[in-house]
Amino acid sequence: MYSDKVMDHFSNPRNVGEMEVPDAIGEFGSSHCGDTIKVFLKIEDDIIKDIRFKTFGCAAAIASSSMMTEMVRGKTLQEALDLTNEAVAQALDGLPPEKMHCSCLAADGLHKAINDYLQEKK
Amino acid sequence: MKKIYLDNNATTSVRAEVLETMLPFFSSEFGNPSSLHWAGRAVSSHIEKARQQVAGLINCSPAEIVFTSCGSEGNNFAIKGTVEALKEKGNHIITTAVEHPAVLTTCRALEKQGVQVTYLAVDEDGLLDLEELEQAITERTILIAVMWGNNETGVLFPIEEIGRIARRHKVRFLSDAVQAVGKVPVDVQQAGVDLLTISGHKIEAPKGVGALYVRKGNPLTPLIHGGHQERNRRGGTHNVPGIVGLGRACELAGGELDDFQKRVAVLRDRLQQGLMAAVPDVKLNGHPQYRLPGTLNISFAYIEGEGLLLHLDMQGIAASSGSACTSGSFGMSHVLEAMGVDPMLGQSSVRFSLGRDTSEADIDYVLQVLPPIVQKLRDMSPFYQNTSGAAL
Repeated sequence: MYSDKVMDHFSNPRNVGEMEVPDAIGEFGSSHCGDTIKVFLKIEDDIIKDIRFKTFGCAAAIASSSMMTEMVRGKTLQEALDLTNEAVAQALDGLPPEKMHCSCLAADGLHKAINDYLQEKK
Repeated sequence: MKKIYLDNNATTSVRAEVLETMLPFFSSEFGNPSSLHWAGRAVSSHIEKARQQVAGLINCSPAEIVFTSCGSEGNNFAIKGTVEALKEKGNHIITTAVEHPAVLTTCRALEKQGVQVTYLAVDEDGLLDLEELEQAITERTILIAVMWGNNETGVLFPIEEIGRIARRHKVRFLSDAVQAVGKVPVDVQQAGVDLLTISGHKIEAPKGVGALYVRKGNPLTPLIHGGHQERNRRGGTHNVPGIVGLGRACELAGGELDDFQKRVAVLRDRLQQGLMAAVPDVKLNGHPQYRLPGTLNISFAYIEGEGLLLHLDMQGIAASSGSACTSGSFGMSHVLEAMGVDPMLGQSSVRFSLGRDTSEADIDYVLQVLPPIVQKLRDMSPFYQNTSGAAL
């Protein structure tokens, strides 16, 4: 059902945890299935220096969260905002169709953290 | 890797004695039991023997057993056949919100054709209000369909009491006993049921065979029209090996019923108590006493069932989950939803269903493997704070 990459990121998720003093936090819950992600960012000069996450959800949600953190660490905020759910799913070698919505969690949670951060900076 | 199978409510393996009984009917005893010649005659007596074996397990006469292809066919036949046969009398069915999809989906399909269906609610333990059931009966009610034991939680309904209510109001009573037959005593006379569904692969017979008990004097319109098989009640050439296997499985299960119930309940309780002692913030789903002996449905707060199942699978343990975030409505099973289980806990549920082969060592292996998995998943859950008892 799941690709090897999904199983890898699900079994050994990267960057799990919280941050003591994050620069940005984003929490996003799927209204579809109740899956929830919390994203913590360390930002310097508009670059994501560090990232952590916690996720409640199925294997697809956990793997998408993990993959997302790998994809945006060291990237600019704009690059992170440009990350799509599809790109996360693609990087995982795809998700079963009925699980695609689980990948939305990851990018949406990230975008929420960044948007809140930019809003506050204004 | 160890392989431990704790998903016996989903299906069981074919028991060695059952397979042995079946094998000749794939080769040397290949005849069509409807044929007059030697090849057919050699087989037809075995079909009748199997009918007696099935009838013996549920205390009915062999003529009241109709062989089917599965539990879903049995339920479809019982419900649609009743609706068609009794359409002059009425068009109202009473069932419960926690039935197997084979019953629920059939009822929903019939609603589109104008049949009225009452779906009875259950309480937090998964039990029915029998007064509400009785009050739901109208002059137009033709069928009460209440399962014997719930596939997800194992909850056992008071079938005898429901049978008395059905009798009092002269309404036909169907019980889907797919999970109960062979696991707890099922006596159709004592229970007062008119229709009862049996599935082979839940009781160590093969997939693709089942039976429907139809009380004498309760005409049903066939679902599958065809030849004269099953006294014109169900067309289609007999699945001879499957039917012979089902008969043998029923005979074996009947002989071991007392022992099975006791032994499996002890193991299930060991698992339940062990998990509750080792993992904080867990919740039992389903009534603690009125339950099938081998079923345990339990929620591990703060984590999602699928993740737990996949980790268990990696350790060789096969269990199942009522949750699947494909099903919508917060990924919750319709059974737990009907019981009013908190959506988050509903998503955290896992079902273990034990079988005849389950050993104490199997249970102890689960007790050793599962707690660290729960902790690992909790450590990555945004809802979990490392202080026990926060959410329950």
